[in-house]
Parts: sequence; C-alpha cells; structure tokens
Amino acid sequence: MKFSYDVEGGNFTKAGNAASSVKKILKQLNVDPKVIKRIVVALYEGEVNVVAHAYKGKVHVDIDTSRIYIRIEDEGPGIPDIELAMQVGYSTASAMVREMGFGAGMGLPNMKRNADSIDISSKVGVGTVVELTTNLSS
Amino acid sequence: MKIRKIAEVLDAQIICGEVFIENEIMCGFASDLMSDVLTLESEHLVLITGLTNMQTVRTAEMADLDCVVFVRGKKITPEMKEVAIENNLVLMECKYSMFRTIGLLYEAGLNPVY
Repeated sequence: MKFSYDVEGGNFTKAGNAASSVKKILKQLNVDPKVIKRIVVALYEGEVNVVAHAYKGKVHVDIDTSRIYIRIEDEGPGIPDIELAMQVGYSTASAMVREMGFGAGMGLPNMKRNADSIDISSKVGVGTVVELTTNLSS
Repeated sequence: MKIRKIAEVLDAQIICGEVFIENEIMCGFASDLMSDVLTLESEHLVLITGLTNMQTVRTAEMADLDCVVFVRGKKITPEMKEVAIENNLVLMECKYSMFRTIGLLYEAGLNPVY
C-alpha cells in the first residue's frame, strides 16, 4: 500500500496530519500498538521538522506485510552538518517553533530512536530527505 | 487514579471525553516541551501542560496519552477538542498554576513517570 501526504512549511496547525492518517491505517492492519507508537512518533517529529525548517515537503509511505517505509522529503535550507543535527540539544529552530512545544534539538534523535533504520541525506539550499524503515512485527 | 479523581482534586473542568472518566491513570508527566512527551513509553498517562495549541493534542494522539490537563486557566480551542474527541482523549482545563496542579496530584497519590 502506498500513500502520499503534502506538508506545508510554517503551518503548524497541519503538522501531524500524515502521522494521524498513518496511525489509523496501521490500527486497521492490527499492528501492535507499541510498534504503531514508535512509527507515528518518528513520522510526527519528521513532519514537525518540515513545518519548522522547510518551505514545503512530501511524505511518502509504503506499507507491506512485514515493514513500513517512510520517506520525508522537503524543499528547504538543508542540513549543513547532519552529525551535529543528530546531537540531542542541538537546534536551529526559531522562537515560533519553540512556542509550539518543539525546537529543543530532539526531533532527529527521537526519530532515530523510534525507527529500525534511518537514512538522512541533505543538500544545503536544496532540501533534505529522511528515510525511515521499521518492521511491523514486535 | 481515576480520571474523575484528577478532575476532582484539581477542581478542573472536563471539556471532552466524559465517557472515559472512570478509566485508570497510572502516572503523570508535566511538560511544555512536546518532544519530551514523545520520548515516554509509559501507558495510561496524564499530561499536565500549559501549552495550549493543536500540537499538544497531536502529541497526545501520537504518544497514546489518555488525558491532558491544561493549567494556568488556558482555554482549549474547538479545533483541539475536535481532534481529541476523534482520539478518545480526555481534555480538562484547570485554573491552578503548573506547580500547584502537580503538587495536588502528587499529594493525592499519582505516580511520576520516573
């Protein structure tokens, strides 16, 4: 099964729409709630990252019987130093993002913790692609 | 602790999810930082927060929370209520400060996450 969602940069009211939809789909597929939570937390943090940092983005989700693959791609400033961005507490988020309850430098580490594999590629001035894969069996 | 008891202890107003007030809450967590909430693995959790926006309710949805208490007299918006109802979430408004709210719940026997 394949699904795609648009993510608007700067629009916090819609952040979480993709994660909410994926949660409903995984529930219908009777995936273990603990596994669902890991997947949707990672996706939600990813969506918030796009809203917080990029101009626009897309979330592509591919679910088969054994795993879920999520590709979050955005058009935005990109990440100059991915290793630094992965460090807990490192953040370039604006005051507005912090007011929304995020921007503490925990997004990417939270995504890594909640996915079986994570792959990040980024081009400064172009955008970022984050790929997450997680097994559906607990 | 039952959700009903939490509302009683805090003299809080339940905005939605009344049908779940007999459900048991195992522990409480207080934060205005949603990324911290998203790291929790506990079940049957109440979140105490002063952050009143859609992201609080989305975080509650993703983290499988049962109940959110908004402190300092913050008001829940109709959009937040709508998403909470969709996700069987109890939302309540409490006029007390974060410090007083947490103190009352701790005194009443609610366990911390850690």
